[in-house]
Amino acid sequence: MNKPLDATVSRAEIEDFLFHEADLLDNWKLDDWLALLTDDAAYYVPPNDKPDADHRTTLFTIADDIVRLRERVIRLKDPNCHAEYPPSRTRRLIANVRIVGVDGDTIGVAANFAVYRYRRGEPVREFVGHYRHKLRRVGGVLKIAERRAILDAHELGPMGSVSFIL
Amino acid sequence: MNDHFAPQYAGPGGRSGGGRVQPLVRESRENLSFAVNREVFVSREIFEREQRAIFDRCWIYLGHASEVRNPGDYKTRSVAGRPVIFCRDRSGQVHGLINSCRHRGAIVCREREGNARGFYCMYHGWTYNTDGTLRGVPDEASYPPSFDKAAMGLAHVPRLESYKDFYFVSFDRNAVDLETYLAGAKAYIDLVVDQSPSGRMEIISGIQEYDIKANWKLLVENSVDDYHLVATHSTWLNYMRNSGVNMSPPKGSGLLLPTKGLGKDLGNGHLTTDNPNYRGRPVARWISVYGEDAKADIEAIRAELAARLGEARAARVADTNRNLAIFPNLVINDGSSVTVRHFTPVAPDLMHVTAWALGPVEETEAQRARRLHAFLTFYGPGGFATPDDVAALENAQQGYASWREVPWNDLSRGMAKNEHTNTDEEHLRVFWRRWSELMEAHA
Repeated sequence: MNKPLDATVSRAEIEDFLFHEADLLDNWKLDDWLALLTDDAAYYVPPNDKPDADHRTTLFTIADDIVRLRERVIRLKDPNCHAEYPPSRTRRLIANVRIVGVDGDTIGVAANFAVYRYRRGEPVREFVGHYRHKLRRVGGVLKIAERRAILDAHELGPMGSVSFIL
Repeated sequence: MNDHFAPQYAGPGGRSGGGRVQPLVRESRENLSFAVNREVFVSREIFEREQRAIFDRCWIYLGHASEVRNPGDYKTRSVAGRPVIFCRDRSGQVHGLINSCRHRGAIVCREREGNARGFYCMYHGWTYNTDGTLRGVPDEASYPPSFDKAAMGLAHVPRLESYKDFYFVSFDRNAVDLETYLAGAKAYIDLVVDQSPSGRMEIISGIQEYDIKANWKLLVENSVDDYHLVATHSTWLNYMRNSGVNMSPPKGSGLLLPTKGLGKDLGNGHLTTDNPNYRGRPVARWISVYGEDAKADIEAIRAELAARLGEARAARVADTNRNLAIFPNLVINDGSSVTVRHFTPVAPDLMHVTAWALGPVEETEAQRARRLHAFLTFYGPGGFATPDDVAALENAQQGYASWREVPWNDLSRGMAKNEHTNTDEEHLRVFWRRWSELMEAHA
């Protein structure tokens, strides 16, 4: 299962890429993070009871096209983004990385995540779940074409706002 | 600020010597002042009194008929602290059943939602039909002759009534009927329902849930308080501007539409904002965020409205935003999308929010996608605005730790005016007057 389905990509390369992405997000280097995305990228956080749903017919927590994603980064960098001021501190652990399929230049990737989020005056909030990403090579460079973060929790209430990039 | 409201400590629970309840809401029409004591946001005793005086007596939202469309469909909900099964029985009748076995009390439905032939208690194996009647009792022969199986069905909520597919529960058998209770709010529900050609709206798949570490009453205020828009939501306003949306309110004709946003008293503690729209509406006002492709489609939706409702009513439906607060804890925001938002007090400083998107059943996939996209731009735990509302309410709640030193919230804005705009606080005062009235009546 873990051997690459295509000789042009290895799990090690995917892991390096995801670890780098996590590092950028944890350090709030959001413009650098945006540069990892394709020009038609999408970012989804589906409702936890309907992880496979289509954002066109189901209400998600987040369903950004690239236009709104760029606006989201503008917002997150603004001190008037009150939900993230002062910004959350996050630490992401990415594990169980697998290449689940290769279709042309698109690589399906699955990984588990645990994101620890700390805010001033608050206990830690743990966001645990798994990613289902679609990566694509653009000019030889890996980019994220679709990013889906699926939370495990039965009850999303205690997590409060998902106002940072999950 | 209000000198005649010189801070004075009334003792815990708003009570001073002799057990007399001090007013927690102080209004002086003479001095044009209105203040709410911050103790109402922090006191455990007031929280408990609210459960009895408000949540045990008012009509509390249960769910929408579209959520239990087919026989056997059910949702489990917490209503005024009680576990309730909202379901449609095999014959099509809608029920609110208390989710507690008549034998020893265990909940008989543990799923969030589904379709069932009946409900089963895992403790001793009693089974119930979807209309609540008791179907099976293991070893029934061991019960004495006095055991009346027909009387041992799941309890029904004392009162269950609906208006235009919105179902409400009251735990007060003597409550006025729902339509009387809703009073002026009905006309504003009608404006939402009129968006569907057949008058049928539906809850869209997908639920949003988020806790706010703040008192539930702050979300009532926040949902209808347009004064906070510029300070709290500047990043959302920037997003809309960046997307080419003209954010200056349009000049209304003055005949069909309000020329400015208003805040209105709808009776029985219900209230609404009523604003000319400038931020787009799926039904039916185009903005650049929707894309050029959507222009003709929005025009067609608008034409259908006008043909069905007449030009004046179509404008009323399509060109105004209304954030409707139905006392005590339901908000229907009919803005850049329609959201049904229900919030449950958990503790004085904690509420649980559940929100759904509502849309006409006739919507095409493209229209539905546009509605959901518009929804997420503003609303929800990942939206561009709601998280900042959550932050505002949590910041306020943190500030109330000093309620003894700084006891009063000021809500006098607009009191000297004859016309009450959406950025004044008259409609917030409507809520507080009703809250205070019920709390005093059932102290």
